Amino acid sequence: MTLGAQDLAFGYRGHPVGQGVSLAVAAGEVLALLGPNGGGKTTLLKTLLGLLPPQAGSVVFDGRDLAVIPVRERARLVAYVPQSHHGTFAFTAFDVVLMGRTAHGGLFARPGAKDRAVAAAMLERLGIAHLSERPVTMISGGERQLVLVARALAQEPRFIVLDEPTASLDFGNQGKVMRQIRSLAADGLGVLFTTHDPNQALGHADRVALLRDGGVMALGPVGEVLSQERLAALYGAPVETVVEPGGRTAFLPG
Amino acid sequence: MSPVRSFSGGAVAVAVLVLGLGVAFAVGRFPVSLTDIAVALWSRLTGTPSGLSPAVEAVIFQIRGPRVLAALACGAALAIAGAAFQGLFRNPLVSPDILGASSGAALGAVIAILFSFGIFGIQAAAFVGGLVAVAAVYAVGSTIRSGDPILTLVLTGVVMGALLGAGVGLVKVLADPYNQLPAMTFWLLGSLSAASPADLLPLAGPVVIGAAVLVALRWRMNALSLPEEEARALGLPTGLLRIVIVVAATLTTAASVAAAGIIGWVGLVVPHLARFLVGPDFGRLIPASALLGGGYLLLIDTLARTLGPVEVPLGILTAVIGTPFFIWLLASSRGGWS
Repeated sequence: MTLGAQDLAFGYRGHPVGQGVSLAVAAGEVLALLGPNGGGKTTLLKTLLGLLPPQAGSVVFDGRDLAVIPVRERARLVAYVPQSHHGTFAFTAFDVVLMGRTAHGGLFARPGAKDRAVAAAMLERLGIAHLSERPVTMISGGERQLVLVARALAQEPRFIVLDEPTASLDFGNQGKVMRQIRSLAADGLGVLFTTHDPNQALGHADRVALLRDGGVMALGPVGEVLSQERLAALYGAPVETVVEPGGRTAFLPG
Repeated sequence: MSPVRSFSGGAVAVAVLVLGLGVAFAVGRFPVSLTDIAVALWSRLTGTPSGLSPAVEAVIFQIRGPRVLAALACGAALAIAGAAFQGLFRNPLVSPDILGASSGAALGAVIAILFSFGIFGIQAAAFVGGLVAVAAVYAVGSTIRSGDPILTLVLTGVVMGALLGAGVGLVKVLADPYNQLPAMTFWLLGSLSAASPADLLPLAGPVVIGAAVLVALRWRMNALSLPEEEARALGLPTGLLRIVIVVAATLTTAASVAAAGIIGWVGLVVPHLARFLVGPDFGRLIPASALLGGGYLLLIDTLARTLGPVEVPLGILTAVIGTPFFIWLLASSRGGWS
């Protein structure tokens, strides 16, 4: 099962952002979308989610054009984790996760016992059950990001798409969120996330797509694609490589 | 939200409503006790004589009863519309006045008074004015395709409200200063003093229909109060839902304005009080707002007819309470809208 783009052109009406993008994420795999700011990562992500219509080409879910799948069904296939934000109202973490069940009930349905059980289980799974009754406006950015991941999981999707899941998180929380993302793929979900940190892609993704000026510069296993030269070309800036005695690699801005 | 808080919060909302009902009947130039009401209602239901004096029965069924029901319906209508608008526009500071519902209804009503329409003509004109204003705001707002669509819509509503207000001003200048102007002014300030049994059906019909739609969709309003793309990614047909909710909330608002004139602030203040009692979950917030709004306007209306020898317009009382409340909200809202 895959979620992918076929020769996709994306952008806003009268404002094309990228074109000729073909990539796919498979079930059980983590694909990182890496690139400089303004390279079109978020726009591509929204197009893959069906939130923006493709300008040409198509987004394909398991052989079906995503555009013909109704919005409710789509939400049971692909879930979206936006960047952590405050929100307007002080909903409890539990209420927020329960919103992930929207596509599993009718328009007029009250969330049922099963919905509540799923929401509670997802909070438990992400290790934030103790936050259930706390207003999301009163918890830390990292905790809020985990709540949004729990909400996406409550959709019981096949694929999960995260927009810079660690932006605005402190160092410790970054690791926590990325480990959770890794474990989702181990459970068979297809995961796609954007980042501007090559080390995050290197440490937590299976494959990486380098996105620059709206086009895919390179796509493949992280070990093959991520090199000092490619990253320097991607960001248009010098990059240094640090290699641990144990063989682990990290990149530093030069 | 802890179950204890939401349960006791709901109980408080019911208590306010019951208190409002009791006070509204009991207080006034002709006091009526709750026992009298129960006896009168029982006799009507069973067809047996009540043993009450005809004057008490007249007060219950012809004068105070209709007024109490009208206050209940208007308060609930404005509060439920306010709660829905606040969620829909993701802004706890908006109220049914936004989108031009109230000012459109006002313009319709003063035009009807200018042309010496009867009471039904005024109500119909207010109703049509409110709906047309909202449709115009929505049409203009959705053709502007730059920036945040919600903010665009709200700002369009504010601007159209100002234009409609200018229209009301023009009609007031043209009006006969001895017959029409006082009627317009009194109506624009809001009053239930003329509520009669005949007013109840045109008020209750739209309010019940609009409120039923909002109550039915209340569980979806939680996700709908998220940023647009998140709501869609959760599987909601957001465009359609927004239109349905705007129409339903405008329907209840316009019906209330048509029956009682402009009563500002209720749609802003009451949802906040309800949120304070039962939390932000719309599943509980919508019913709590309706209960609390009914009780709130009953208490305000009782004040309005008992404060002095002349009835104080409702809009003045709600503004006196609403303005400091709004300032307090602005000053204390940093921790989110719990």
